[in-house]
Amino acid sequence: MTLLRNILIRLLTTLVTLIGVAVIVFVVIRVVPGNPIAMMLPPGATEADIARLQTQYGFDKSIFEQFVIWLGGVMQGDFGTSISLRQPVAGLVLGRLPATLELSIFALSIAIVIGGTMALLGTRYRDTKTEGAVDISAGMALSIPDFLWGLVLILLFGVLWPVFHISGRISPALNIDFNTNFYFFEALVRLRFDVLADLIGHMFMPALALAIPLAAIIAQLLKQSLKETMHLDYVTLARTKGYGENHVITREALPNAILPTLTLVGVQFTFLIGGTVIIERLFSYEGLGNMAIDAVINRDLPLIQGIVILFALLFTIVNLVVDMLYVVLNPRLRHA
Amino acid sequence: MTLSRRSLLKTSAAVAALTTIGLPSFAQEIDELVVAYNVNLPSWDPTVGLSAVNPTIQGFYQSVFDLFIPQNPDLSFGSGIITDYGWNDDNSQIWMDVREGVTWHNGDPLTAEDVAWSLTRVANPDTGSPIQFVWGKVENVMADGNRVTADVKEYDPTFFKWMSFLTGYVMPKKYYEEVGADGFEAAPIGTGPYMVERFERNAFVRLKANENYWGGAPEFKTVTVKFVTDAASRVAEVESGNSHVTLEIPYEEFDRLKAKDGLAGVAEPVSDIGMIFLNDIEVMTDPNVRKAAAHAIDKPLIIERLLSGYGVPIDTLQTPDYSAFDETIKVAYDPELSKKLLADSGYGPDNPVKFKIQTTKGFKPKDYEMVQAIVGLWRRVGIEAEIEVYEIAKHFELRAADQLAPAAFYNWGNSVGDPTTSTGFAMFGPSPHSVWDGKETFDAILPLWGETDEAKRIEGWKAVDRLVAENAEVIPLLQYVQPIIHDARVKVTPHRSGALLPHLMTRS
Repeated sequence: MTLLRNILIRLLTTLVTLIGVAVIVFVVIRVVPGNPIAMMLPPGATEADIARLQTQYGFDKSIFEQFVIWLGGVMQGDFGTSISLRQPVAGLVLGRLPATLELSIFALSIAIVIGGTMALLGTRYRDTKTEGAVDISAGMALSIPDFLWGLVLILLFGVLWPVFHISGRISPALNIDFNTNFYFFEALVRLRFDVLADLIGHMFMPALALAIPLAAIIAQLLKQSLKETMHLDYVTLARTKGYGENHVITREALPNAILPTLTLVGVQFTFLIGGTVIIERLFSYEGLGNMAIDAVINRDLPLIQGIVILFALLFTIVNLVVDMLYVVLNPRLRHA
Repeated sequence: MTLSRRSLLKTSAAVAALTTIGLPSFAQEIDELVVAYNVNLPSWDPTVGLSAVNPTIQGFYQSVFDLFIPQNPDLSFGSGIITDYGWNDDNSQIWMDVREGVTWHNGDPLTAEDVAWSLTRVANPDTGSPIQFVWGKVENVMADGNRVTADVKEYDPTFFKWMSFLTGYVMPKKYYEEVGADGFEAAPIGTGPYMVERFERNAFVRLKANENYWGGAPEFKTVTVKFVTDAASRVAEVESGNSHVTLEIPYEEFDRLKAKDGLAGVAEPVSDIGMIFLNDIEVMTDPNVRKAAAHAIDKPLIIERLLSGYGVPIDTLQTPDYSAFDETIKVAYDPELSKKLLADSGYGPDNPVKFKIQTTKGFKPKDYEMVQAIVGLWRRVGIEAEIEVYEIAKHFELRAADQLAPAAFYNWGNSVGDPTTSTGFAMFGPSPHSVWDGKETFDAILPLWGETDEAKRIEGWKAVDRLVAENAEVIPLLQYVQPIIHDARVKVTPHRSGALLPHLMTRS
């Protein structure tokens, strides 16, 4: 019951957060310089043309009136129509969401594998050169931002050793007739390994660029956590029972040491999703981030609102899921 | 380290697996042309909305649709869907002859009715046509046989030139009425050299050759245009062989890449110019200050040092390709004259004249760096300019509201090459694109809008340009050069409008 109550409270908080985000975004993007109407004025436009366009896009009304109209539409699932793309915003952002989600999840998986392996190696060979190498690698990975990693990867695996694709999500020549935009998951279900290989070929570099800094954070925190756990009595007891070091680390220490890392991964995952904005642009990956930049350049206010709201929703859902996972994995919280 | 058979097998398997993951290939024969383009294509209808007035995406439209009147690569006007056209004797009517034997991509024949409907549609503001202020100058557009006529409401000497410019595309009446706006967006058809096979927004468009194209089928049967907005990624695309052609990359990279085996480059001037708007406010109401600012800029030096020599210095808003270009109008680099002019107004190195200059940063090649260099040159003569960086969206907003700073860097495109769409809209006070409100220039421009004698009209615009240059009401800087890098197996014909057109590409 407590768990259910907590979930309900979190859902209510999420709703309030989203409304707050909506209000802030709506007002801010209308206050900052850059009028979308001024951007679409043809060379010989007159005052009457400007007034007509203002009315056509509803910018002749006060911000409050515009917000009420927009909110009324949102309540009915209508997020407005994109000014630059001339399509319903809801369809556009939901159409792009799968690409960004797949990229983010793929990047997270890579980060967990790399970061986890580094942490386990650093713990297993603590106080040796291996641990030093892990620390130096993590330091280097953290000191370079994801977009620079992206450029390095493009040079390495796109130009010098052209193994992966530099841009896009899928090869134009590949004929896919999928029902959803979750290409990766649908390809898995349909056993379309040609599509899977092509998707990985496109996703690997942007995902790795996003994953490297997060992997370093995971490596540092998990290693520290593991090292602290390795000194606890129950771990010593396991050793006296004759278990090997690998067993002690993975079976005894890891389950307890992983909890703080999990919380951090949850928080960092939201940052990772935020990082897709630049990385998607760099790799011309057709996700939400890439679309967000175009929307900002074109001052496409309805589209910016839709994307920000969706990002906010994603962040709150991720945090909610992490909190739930934390409860599930931590017996003390589970039985509280 | 020893290499066991097992580890060797594992390594081989890993390498094999890695290399099968969608490897890009350097094909010996280019079957499918791949172009890495610098902008996204937001919308397929070339006649409505924001996209319709975006010059950078007109190349996509010109691949799929036909302009009423096409423009040749040197900006001269050709014969296209409209083969011949003109005004009647008293300019109260226009007539156009429509090419026969043209088919739409779905096989339907193109008719004069399509042309009449297209013209009527873009003249209607309710359709969202942004250029209805031009098309609305005619009415009662009628088709009779292969001839289209219309009554002239207001004479505009540039009417036919607009038929090669923004929104001047022939659209399929029957198909559009059948499928509607959404259906057309999902499956656009035109009469152009390429047909849309597949379109992934923000990712790519795959085009198939229109074998029935009236101008002859294009050489490359399949063309994929990838939208690669990041310049570094476009460089990598071409360098790795993932794409065969790209454009708008840094000039340093252009020089490096064109020297590489297997790659070639072409860099030709396009119709875009770099300029500094002068707003007649604050110190810019003083002609000495404006003239001093204009004479203190060493344009060839800036082009040489910052743009690797890729640029053409200009002294009016007309480039040498434009119909009103007058090579006798010169604004010389003369810092001593600048100092004297400033001294006449009481300014000097110890008492510099101060104003703000706005610029974008990264919107055009070396825009911010150019303004920094100009500010440095100004400082030498006694001008202290403060740089403000703004986004292009803010520039548009401020310009429309006549609130630009006393000086503002911008680039201006005019692919039809007519003086009305350069000096006209940039310097005529009531235009939302002008921040110059001087009466003398207004009076000089006003009678030219409706001038029916073409020679007199062009001479009139040359006189305006001379007036503007002598009074330093704007500072034209340079005509841009567009760098295009391509696979050496492809021959690229650049178009002065800046549109990169796949149907002008052939195997070399």
